[in-house]
Amino acid sequence: MTLTLTSLADLLARLALWAIVAPLLPGLINRVKAWVAGRRGPPVLQLYYDLGKLWRKGVVVSTLASPGFFIGPVVTWVALLGAAALVPLGPLGATLSFRGDVILLVYLLALARFATAWAAWETGSAFEGMGAAREVSYAVLAEAAIITAVLTLSVHSGSLSLAALLAPTPGAGAALLAAGWFIVLLAENCRVPFDDPNTHLELTMIHEAMVLDHSGPLLAVVLHGAALKLMLFAMLLVQAVVPLGDLSASVAGAVLWVGVLGVAVGVGLVESLLARYAFRRVPLLLTTAFLFCWFALMLAWKGGVA
Amino acid sequence: MNPSTAFAWLTNGAALPWAEVPEGSVADFLSATRAALDRGGRLASLFGVPEGEGVRLVVVLALDADNALAVGRSQPVQGPFPSLTPTHPQAHLFERELWEQHGLVPAGHPWLKPVRQDHGAGPAVGDFFRVDGPELHEVAVGPVHAGIIEPGHFRFQCAGEEVLHLEIALGYQHRGIEEGLVGGPHRASVCQVETVAGDTTIAHATAYAHLIEALAGSEAPLQAQWLRALALELERLANHTGDLGALANDVAFLPTSAACGKLRGEFLNLTALLCGNRFGRRLVRPGGCGFGAEPERLAQLRERLESALAEVEQATAWLWDAASVRARFEHTGRVSPQQAAEIGLVGPAARACGLVRDVRFDHPTGWHRLAQVPVAVWPEGDVFARARVRWLEIQRSGEFLMQQLGAAPDGDMHIALPPSAPDTLAVALVEGWRGEVCHVALTDAQGRFRRYKLTDPSFHNWTGLALALRGQAISDFPLCNKSFNLSYCGFDL
Repeated sequence: MTLTLTSLADLLARLALWAIVAPLLPGLINRVKAWVAGRRGPPVLQLYYDLGKLWRKGVVVSTLASPGFFIGPVVTWVALLGAAALVPLGPLGATLSFRGDVILLVYLLALARFATAWAAWETGSAFEGMGAAREVSYAVLAEAAIITAVLTLSVHSGSLSLAALLAPTPGAGAALLAAGWFIVLLAENCRVPFDDPNTHLELTMIHEAMVLDHSGPLLAVVLHGAALKLMLFAMLLVQAVVPLGDLSASVAGAVLWVGVLGVAVGVGLVESLLARYAFRRVPLLLTTAFLFCWFALMLAWKGGVA
Repeated sequence: MNPSTAFAWLTNGAALPWAEVPEGSVADFLSATRAALDRGGRLASLFGVPEGEGVRLVVVLALDADNALAVGRSQPVQGPFPSLTPTHPQAHLFERELWEQHGLVPAGHPWLKPVRQDHGAGPAVGDFFRVDGPELHEVAVGPVHAGIIEPGHFRFQCAGEEVLHLEIALGYQHRGIEEGLVGGPHRASVCQVETVAGDTTIAHATAYAHLIEALAGSEAPLQAQWLRALALELERLANHTGDLGALANDVAFLPTSAACGKLRGEFLNLTALLCGNRFGRRLVRPGGCGFGAEPERLAQLRERLESALAEVEQATAWLWDAASVRARFEHTGRVSPQQAAEIGLVGPAARACGLVRDVRFDHPTGWHRLAQVPVAVWPEGDVFARARVRWLEIQRSGEFLMQQLGAAPDGDMHIALPPSAPDTLAVALVEGWRGEVCHVALTDAQGRFRRYKLTDPSFHNWTGLALALRGQAISDFPLCNKSFNLSYCGFDL
């Protein structure tokens, strides 16, 4: 295992970049939705304002809440930021890179989910219990697709390190992987058609139901963590599909960022034009995502260059 | 007691001296009511009138097939009386109400509990039906909800995501409207009636105006009747359009949701064009209408209505074309026609179960005697059917308005009414956008209200929502709820 730590300053700069840029994506999605609906919509920077407002607010805590209620969101946020540190930024590469770092990434995402569900259960609310139960049930299917996607890239590149994994060749395999990963992105980030991030109806929520009781700085941490997760999935999607390695550094960097913003626009368009699925149909769609990744894996196995 | 003599027949919006309402012993009265319900009659209202030591039961039956109403009363009762509910479930809330308001016990009622209050302890304090067993859990929602809506408490018995039973506890907005009307009519009465359910202002005010006019032995001028019919359809357009948008919003389908939210406002503004108030307050008054309708304003109304209707057509076309929306709406929250008939559903919820049931068609009164709106029916009884009936009614109401705007009769808009007849019973039904609004008034020797009974369509239909949820996913509750879109305050009175 080779662990290359370029420098502490570099790592901090990258984490700051992730933390600062991430809240832009939900703002962009909302803007696209507003544009399609013919509304003016909130400013692109709305989430930044919200985070600032929440950070200054107090916290209301259920009498049933244990320390897990406070620890959960923090663990989630740290795990997601840790996962972000592992993801290469196109031509800049990754700060932390070692053989098998992709496995750690998958586990960090699972840890983040566990901590959120844990905090939800600590409130003793029927809504949050339902939300947590739904989240973990669908996660089983989403994780199958994620692991298949990782396997595909790994078989294709013959490596278990993210920096080497994310070197795709264009073709049918990349297209299948893109479709599968995009569905997983929607599911993991609680977007339509899986969940409705705008709903106020507790009975229909998945992710939102788990954080109903959180307020003030804790809610800010939850919202920021969600934005980080969205950007992480978008980064992985673009790099797993677009062969950035063939481009010059500056072009590759530009393509990466345009790609990430493009994913956000895509999510916004999906949300504008599609109704949310009934819960009983969610497994079907996640299985479809798994099958997309599975066929990409088959192609990777058969020929390498699909 | 012969059913043909147990009831007096009258038409919608008519009055009858109290002494001429046939009277029977409680047993005869109830058996005649049972027989009439068995022959397809519908319970429009069932209530008590205190007299001496006892309480008289009064029933208003809607005989839709005969286009007639039937009224009967019992001799004063004091003790328990045999419940109708086991054989005729549509009576269940009326009997609970009788128990709550007069202390009359319907013996054999399967689920006797208060309707609106639990002896001052609050509506949701009481026994709820419970399903026990492993893996079963209970979810309590409300009375404070996440949206800006009215308060109500919902208790779900669930097996995982599946709802086995839903019980609804309302009454948080009980204002005592019926009690407040006793001793009237006075100047505030019509305003009180307008606030029974704010979104049904026109329908309730029209029913009240019909009653007062019937009690006075008079009728509003033709032009006022015409304007009331226009306002009633505008109310329907605004609410149905808003509901389609809200249904789209509940399945996160943005295009229709955004457009219909705006268009609902446009229809409300058209009502404001008639009377200066978006909900039609002060438009309908006993003896006519509070505002005239000049040709210039009508021309403006027509022009704006035309463009709003075209926009609604476009906005809902997106909804019907989206396969993802259809997948959510179809087979969700189904009520069978048998259930609907049994519990006495009214309005679009009943018509979405294939029941041809529309006061404008079955019991026409006012302008609807001269100009009809076709009844919009859809067979399935699910959320899709309820949405579809709303869309059909939007089209029919739009066509009706466009026709009638060119057919304004001449004459007065308002006449002075003579005082109300003493010791008289009057009944008025109006098809509000949610369904049948039923008002019954009984005057005393001075012509003042001795008893005023209001039945909002929500009173009949909340049970329909509870039935629709059986065997459904709990996550579909908001969608089913929106497809009924019932009034809390109209129920709570």
